[in-house]
Amino acid sequence: MTNSKLTETLTFECETGNYHTFCPISCVAWLYQKIEDSFFLVIGTKTCGYFLQNALGVMIFAEPRYAMAELEEADISAQLNDYKELKRLCLQIKQDRNPSVIVWIGTCTTEIIKMDLEGMAPRLEAEIQTPIVVARANGLDYAFTQGEDTVLAAMVQRCPSNAPEQNQIEKKSLVLFGSLPTNVATQLNLELERCGIQVAGWLPSQRYADLPVLNQNVYVCGINPFLSRTATTLMRRRKCKLISAPFPIGPDGTRAWLEKICSVFNVAPINLIERERLIWDSLEDYITLLRGKSVFFMGDNLLEISLARFLVRCGMIVYEIGIPYLDKRFQSAELQLLEKTCSEMNVAMPRIVEKPDNYNQIQRIRELQPDLAITGMAHANPLEARGINTKWSVEFTFAQIHGFTNARDILELVTRPLRRNKALENLGWNQLVKM
Amino acid sequence: MKLAYWMYAGPAHIGTLRVASSFKNVHAIMHAPLGDDYFNVMRSMLERERDFTPVTASIVDRHVLARGSQEKVIENITRKDKEENPDLIILTPTCTSSILQEDLQNFVNRAGLDSKSDVILADVNHYRVNELQAADRTLEQIIRFYLEKARSQSNEPLRKTEKPSANILGIFTLGFHNQHDCRELKRLLTDLGIVINQILPEGGSVTNINELPKAWFNLIPYREVGLMAANYLKNEYDMPYVAVTPMGLLDTENCIREIVDIVKSSDTSYNFDFETYIDTQTRFISQAAWFSRSIDCQNLTGKKAVVFGDATHAASITKILAREMGIRVSCSGTYCKHDADWFREQVDGFCDEVLITDDHTQVADMIARIEPAAIFGTQMERHIGKRLDIPCGVISAPVHIQNFPLGFRPFLGYEGTNQISDLVYNSFTLGMEDHLLEIFGGHDTKEVITKSLSTDSDLAWAPEALTELQRIPGFVRGKIKRNTEKFAREKNCNLITLEIMFAAKEAVGA
Repeated sequence: MTNSKLTETLTFECETGNYHTFCPISCVAWLYQKIEDSFFLVIGTKTCGYFLQNALGVMIFAEPRYAMAELEEADISAQLNDYKELKRLCLQIKQDRNPSVIVWIGTCTTEIIKMDLEGMAPRLEAEIQTPIVVARANGLDYAFTQGEDTVLAAMVQRCPSNAPEQNQIEKKSLVLFGSLPTNVATQLNLELERCGIQVAGWLPSQRYADLPVLNQNVYVCGINPFLSRTATTLMRRRKCKLISAPFPIGPDGTRAWLEKICSVFNVAPINLIERERLIWDSLEDYITLLRGKSVFFMGDNLLEISLARFLVRCGMIVYEIGIPYLDKRFQSAELQLLEKTCSEMNVAMPRIVEKPDNYNQIQRIRELQPDLAITGMAHANPLEARGINTKWSVEFTFAQIHGFTNARDILELVTRPLRRNKALENLGWNQLVKM
Repeated sequence: MKLAYWMYAGPAHIGTLRVASSFKNVHAIMHAPLGDDYFNVMRSMLERERDFTPVTASIVDRHVLARGSQEKVIENITRKDKEENPDLIILTPTCTSSILQEDLQNFVNRAGLDSKSDVILADVNHYRVNELQAADRTLEQIIRFYLEKARSQSNEPLRKTEKPSANILGIFTLGFHNQHDCRELKRLLTDLGIVINQILPEGGSVTNINELPKAWFNLIPYREVGLMAANYLKNEYDMPYVAVTPMGLLDTENCIREIVDIVKSSDTSYNFDFETYIDTQTRFISQAAWFSRSIDCQNLTGKKAVVFGDATHAASITKILAREMGIRVSCSGTYCKHDADWFREQVDGFCDEVLITDDHTQVADMIARIEPAAIFGTQMERHIGKRLDIPCGVISAPVHIQNFPLGFRPFLGYEGTNQISDLVYNSFTLGMEDHLLEIFGGHDTKEVITKSLSTDSDLAWAPEALTELQRIPGFVRGKIKRNTEKFAREKNCNLITLEIMFAAKEAVGA
């Protein structure tokens, strides 16, 4: 278990799964902001509600466009009729907020009591005349960011299959999937435009009514590694063609992502290599701080492989990549790029640990003494107190990290603990627990 | 089903885990799906804990669900037993896993066979009680477990300590200023010549619980957590308890008097001059009595305030404002619905109305209706206050990282009275400043603040009325604007002229 030797090829392991990560229902916190005319209704218990309120720090102060349908004892024991109860709440939501779409977020509890959300939604939708999308973002099957995957996969079914003007002969078009802040989406659109490719639409769109057209002429490409279910649904249900590329995280990933899309659309990318080099040059001040330093990913948000690949390219040594779940097919291009990057940078391959065990990981961290541990929020302070630099993995989920423009933001986050400690380094305050 | 946006008290398992992780060398196992273990984040981040939170989630996933969770739970218990060597392992489900209706007691019995540590199941109904009630229950359960165990092993009667002594029950992690209060209580008891026997659960050890009945009495600073244990100890061990929260000068005095009565009834030679002590502390050591008499506090006389929080803090602050500072409490309320009777009785006569609810929208509506000069509430009321431009002092949980100040900020005892006076004074618009502005008509002529709760304002302000509005000092401008608009709406006016504004002032005092 504490074998920490680095190997020549990528190794995949699986541990006990006793690890900490956020509940997948957290996706409502960013999706409700992204889809501006939506309302998210999380159907769960007090435990779910208290999580949204506390752990994410998104106190539901401003009464935003999401709420809990809190299941009470009578709901659990089936004394109340689920359909009637949900209808009552959805009518109230419709009256108070009038959203274009209500997204029902199923939780562990609705799974366990086998509440038939998919069965009820179409009936209720017909009755109240507001679209209802059902996503099962439960912790029994999914981890943290995969919550978004369940929502987007459900939304795929609601996308139109033809453009309003039907008589045009469809050329192949490009739809990107994954939720990004509008300005970052615009940046990626512009990068593709520079290569001569127009993005036909995004899933999700800013408004529910603007969901992109999906059919067999549409090429789709994901921007986040946790969207494997959405990818599968796009291929199977809508016959879209999936472009399998590394993810546009870091200048190296962004270039590879653009190149892959260009090759599918048979266009030659213009000045891409030059553009990547300029970005790398601009990052040099941060990279100087990172070169030769080591990093350990405890695993949290499924962005780990992409971030690790970028940091290896920056000259770091990655000891371990913990990850809640790894879809080797959806991440295949990213894994290949990681392998290639490691051999080009002449560093050992990191071990990849799926469903990690946090206790064992902490033993390994003690042994390896990495220069930086990227970790969930529950472990950051205790590790810091033991002299290990940490960065919250959740920050990479919420920060703008995609594309050329935002590569600097990733390094801003990664170098911050190192810079902070440099500023305090002569004080000798490294061990803050009594041994 | 209930449409919920926010809640004051968390789910039951949070209370259980707060108690479990407050003890030294106790490990909790949560039987829960991925993501339900955010308690570790809360404790680590809010309390800025240096140590790993002694809580491990035994994850329930699809496979576990199909196979049954017995093996996994038992395996995790025995594993933690070996890895951490705890004295006690406490198993708790969450709202979610409790509906699986598994025989967790059986899991615990089986795991107990192979473990060196004691193993118990937290006995809490996750759909009927909230965080505070569950914490109260878990503390009682742990104390009962160890006392019964001790009794079954030995029949020797416990001797009371030689000197008067006390247990403090109910200080625990993630509590509102609990650590500071605890320090202040220790000081107070030491001043009275009383030895601290044990403090539970914070920093306490379960292996010492058998010595708990040695103390002469129990002190329960917060009635939300500790009362059940105190009642158990009273019934089984004939230990008296003091449940007067020593918050504010008068209740600190009441608390001391109760303590002295108990001590004197067992030890007639106890002759601590508590009258002098109370008098000196009240008039000279604490600055709160002097503050109440000072010219600053005079300016607070009759100002309207609203109080809302847990039962202990809301009741105490209401009494302090009304009795000790002459502030008018327009409404006092609590979200501890299970303790409504006690609360009503406590604040009876000290406020105009009482609100018992755990629905924050009702609290917001009440505050908007009353328009107090200041609010004393939780983080939620602070937020409501922000939207209404009404200052708020935070006096109660739910907690926020701001409620874990690094400096010493107790709410209890004589130092607590100073802190509360500061909080009250700083929450109101500063007394003298207010007064001078009234005399000189203000100097703040910045742009009018248009932020208001009613975003659908259909009213227009005539330029001369707007100029007038801008002449009004900033801190009351919002209120005058709202009142004027309300008046105009009642009169069906769409344009607010200077005349309407003055009429409103005459009619509603805006």
